[in-house]
Amino acid sequence: MDVAVSIRNAVKRYGATTALAGVSLDITNNAFFTLLGPSGCGKTTLLRMIAGFEAASEGEILLFGQNIVDLEPHLRPVNTVFQNYALFPHMSVIDNVAFGLRMKGVEIAARRAKAGRMLELVHLSALADRLPSQLSGGQQQRVALARALAPEPKVLLLDEPLSALDLKLRQAMRVELKQLQEETGITFLFVTHDQDEALAMSDRIAVMSQGLVQQVGTARDIYEVPVNRFVAEFIGETNLIDVEVTRVSDGMADLVLPSGQRLRCSSAATATGRHALSIRPERVTVTPDGQLTATVERVVYMGSDLRLLTRLEGGREFTVRIQNAARTAVPEPGARIGLKLEEGAARLLAD
Amino acid sequence: MAGLPRDEAGTAASYASLARPLLLPTWLIIGVFLLLPVLLMVVYSFLTKEFRGGVEWTFTLAAYEQFFVTRGLFGDEPPSIEWTYIIIFWRSIWQAALATLLCLVIGFPTAWFIATRPPQSRGIWLFLITIPYWVNLLIRTVSLRFILRDNGPLNDALIVTGLIDAPLPILNSDVAVQIGLFYSYLPFMVLPIYAAVERFEFALSEAAADLYANRWQVMLHVVLPAVRPGILAGTILVFIPALGAFLAPDLLGGAKAFMIGSLIDEQFRGSQGNWPFGAAISVILMTLVLIALFIQARAASRGAS
Repeated sequence: MDVAVSIRNAVKRYGATTALAGVSLDITNNAFFTLLGPSGCGKTTLLRMIAGFEAASEGEILLFGQNIVDLEPHLRPVNTVFQNYALFPHMSVIDNVAFGLRMKGVEIAARRAKAGRMLELVHLSALADRLPSQLSGGQQQRVALARALAPEPKVLLLDEPLSALDLKLRQAMRVELKQLQEETGITFLFVTHDQDEALAMSDRIAVMSQGLVQQVGTARDIYEVPVNRFVAEFIGETNLIDVEVTRVSDGMADLVLPSGQRLRCSSAATATGRHALSIRPERVTVTPDGQLTATVERVVYMGSDLRLLTRLEGGREFTVRIQNAARTAVPEPGARIGLKLEEGAARLLAD
Repeated sequence: MAGLPRDEAGTAASYASLARPLLLPTWLIIGVFLLLPVLLMVVYSFLTKEFRGGVEWTFTLAAYEQFFVTRGLFGDEPPSIEWTYIIIFWRSIWQAALATLLCLVIGFPTAWFIATRPPQSRGIWLFLITIPYWVNLLIRTVSLRFILRDNGPLNDALIVTGLIDAPLPILNSDVAVQIGLFYSYLPFMVLPIYAAVERFEFALSEAAADLYANRWQVMLHVVLPAVRPGILAGTILVFIPALGAFLAPDLLGGAKAFMIGSLIDEQFRGSQGNWPFGAAISVILMTLVLIALFIQARAASRGAS
């Protein structure tokens, strides 16, 4: 597979603080790749380093094999969709979209034709002569997208582009962005702190925290086989319980649950001893012959499903999600229930 | 507070009823100190000169005729165009325009520099810009005389460094006037441009650079259009007072570099003066300024649409 962007040991320091502590990533061409993490994790810094707005303190950034760390932003064949769009307020929509082509020296007829096609792509042809201030947030977002796509960048960088939109629009744009990426065949590098966005669109996701990449994988990978506590807790909801690991081999581990029962599950840990075990709330069933015993403390009605907030024998909180189906028997608060882990529900973490 | 109604509509209504009495001082000041003097000036320009300064209340166009028409030294030749004052006007406009351009060339980078400092140090830079204004303009202009004269510190420094052999005759020249005008009005260019640059969203220049614009193209296509209102405001604030300035031309320019301000000043001095003529020159100057402002307003509205 072609590698579009290859980041090798990228470090960024601002004085005494380290924003990026050595990141290495390969981003496949024609892919929708997402950098996901909480604010301050370094994801935006990394994106801005690729765009050229921040200089790398150390490391290399290769764009299709060429090291671009010393290139000025205007010489890098990548374009950015900015968080607050940064549309030029004194230019019409079509002039905004044609700006990159104009700077590249494309003559006026050709660049207007191309900009027109880009506006068609984002369904904004009717608004070509408006000023950005006359558009809604969603429309400005599309203009920003068309403007960044018009010069046909080798990689499109998207810096939390959906965060300023309301929920309905955001959900519609997720689908549209993914379609756009597939239609254009351009590599999208998307930055977000919103895990739903990341899971819905991405071919691959890099989960970042504290200036480091914690895990890279498909949406399914990072949700179902998280490597550490941070990834397990950041992506979706999970229960963490402390367990004693007796044996690890070939990515599998034998461990002892607090109840004394033994369990064999997939493992990110490579050593025996005390580790955290992650169990997703929806991968547990309520049954008398479970591996865990808990007391129901509260039942939360969520519409499509119900959330049982329970407490395990050892005193730890444990959340169970069950479908709100007609046949579901809902335990009362105070009831003692057995919890059975589904096949593959548990994942032993590295820390 | 007790008398004011609590709900918003009531508050708005009571504010509206307060507006007239609160605006009264403003109207009084504008009326007494702006409208009345201008009206007086216009009226005086159509009156007859009294022998020892002052006016006689007899209507005449003599002042305007004196400005535009000459009948020769003894008043017995056929009327022809009087160039003396038109040339003074032309020179004043030229000097003021040049000073404005200089202020722009120096003021824009200065404003840019200040606006791009960290927020906590911007105040200090602005403070430094305004410090000279704590001293009276007359005193500062007289100081410039000492700096620029033949054996002043500027010429001394140039000779000591070996750049020149003999003192440059800067004082009493157009160059000295230009230096004086530039020096007097520079902050009026810096401050409005600073305000515009400070509001400028630097994400826009990043966006332009991202779309393949080099530094000059970013400046030309994105920054300048955004800070244009500041540049226009600064241009007006420098050009108009520079056009009517009389301290700098009087004290630095000597007899050769006569400008409108000095010409008007002269008409109101002692028994040599001619009040109606001074008033007429002022009316003509004001008309020119209003025309310039009108053109500027048109340009600004075209830029905004």
